[in-house]
Amino acid sequence: MASITASVYTSHVPAIGAALDLGKSNEPYWRAVFQGYDFSKQWLKEHKPDVIFLVFNDHATAFSLDMIPTFAIGTAAEFQPADEGWGPRPVPKVIGHPALAAHIAQSVIQQDFDLTIVNKMDVDHGLTVPLSLMCGQPQAWPCPVIPFAVNVVQYPVPSGARCFALGQAIRRALESYDEPLKVQIWGTGGMSHQLQGPRAGLINSAWDNAFLDRLIADPKGLSTVSHIEYVREAGSEGIELVMWLIARGAMGDVAGGPPPRVVHRFFHVPASNTAVGHLILDNAA
Amino acid sequence: MALDKPYLDVPGTTIFDADQSRKGYWLNQFCMSLMKAENRARFKANERAYLDEWAMSEEQKQAVMARDLNRCIELGGNIYFLSKIGATDGKSFQQMAGSMTGMTEEEYRAMMMSGGRTIEGNRYVGEDGDAQAHRQPQGAAGKTKGA
Repeated sequence: MASITASVYTSHVPAIGAALDLGKSNEPYWRAVFQGYDFSKQWLKEHKPDVIFLVFNDHATAFSLDMIPTFAIGTAAEFQPADEGWGPRPVPKVIGHPALAAHIAQSVIQQDFDLTIVNKMDVDHGLTVPLSLMCGQPQAWPCPVIPFAVNVVQYPVPSGARCFALGQAIRRALESYDEPLKVQIWGTGGMSHQLQGPRAGLINSAWDNAFLDRLIADPKGLSTVSHIEYVREAGSEGIELVMWLIARGAMGDVAGGPPPRVVHRFFHVPASNTAVGHLILDNAA
Repeated sequence: MALDKPYLDVPGTTIFDADQSRKGYWLNQFCMSLMKAENRARFKANERAYLDEWAMSEEQKQAVMARDLNRCIELGGNIYFLSKIGATDGKSFQQMAGSMTGMTEEEYRAMMMSGGRTIEGNRYVGEDGDAQAHRQPQGAAGKTKGA
């Protein structure tokens, strides 16, 4: 059976990708962000998974208002970095894992999560910035990636509780896969930020750090936090954080195993308009 | 019975819900069209003519031409769609977000460098935080207001 070895959580601010692509990563402003990932890059090299299941959101890139799937799993063999209006990021194409993705789709739908299956999709900064943060600038990404897109653009987005339960269903899906693959699940987006209106630029570090504490120690309780609390406390775009609960729900302790180990934790303000949060949790063997 | 919208009392914030999305459908789809280079070129060459190809309201067209993002959002726009206009103009997300506060680019950047906008006074309409309606525009523009 396939198994989840670890979960990774990180913000996916587009300006981080731009800073890297334009060679600004050693400027003091950006160094302060990237140094939080120095450990993580080394850790990923030493704990390379067979597949990354990457939860992210599309930012009006692959999905316009033509179609707004709440949960969409990418089952293609490969995914191209999208042109979001500034030209595509100069990063490797993303190689998928169609067999595992199809298996997860079938299993999770049979567990009553009505996923949308996507066989063609360009992937935007929501997916490529986390890969850049964790892998740097390689010629190819270290392993296949299954993109999993969540609607957090048009309200209502899925609830924290729904996301947390979905993570548990994904874990069960992996456990019923024949091949013994090591899978990491990544939850991305957040932390506090607001990109619109007179309240643009909102940052709530105290709330963000309490979110990290609870994500580690009390994910079930955290999953009951309402949409309005995210919006009010973490900004209109801070609601992306519900996606972290999908990754957290897939961890072993939620299914009765021992608590995960906190391998790394980082928090920094600002990256452009956003608070950057990052966490690595290891499933105790 | 109307749907519950518990987010209407958050100051300086418009939640992009199904009603806003319906209102802004063509505005947002126009924005999506700017992801193609040839459309960006046509838009830049004659904004009015390009906008007239879309079933947008006159108010929406005026708001786009004025680059008034707050007004665009009021009329159903969403920032991730509107960002395609910014990209066409060569603007970053920070420049676009800042433009909605009344602050200059430098003022907004300085606010972010010093930890961002505080939550205090900015949770509910009727408090006294800097995002409240009675404190707009922000920055130097607000200080000279009415002077």
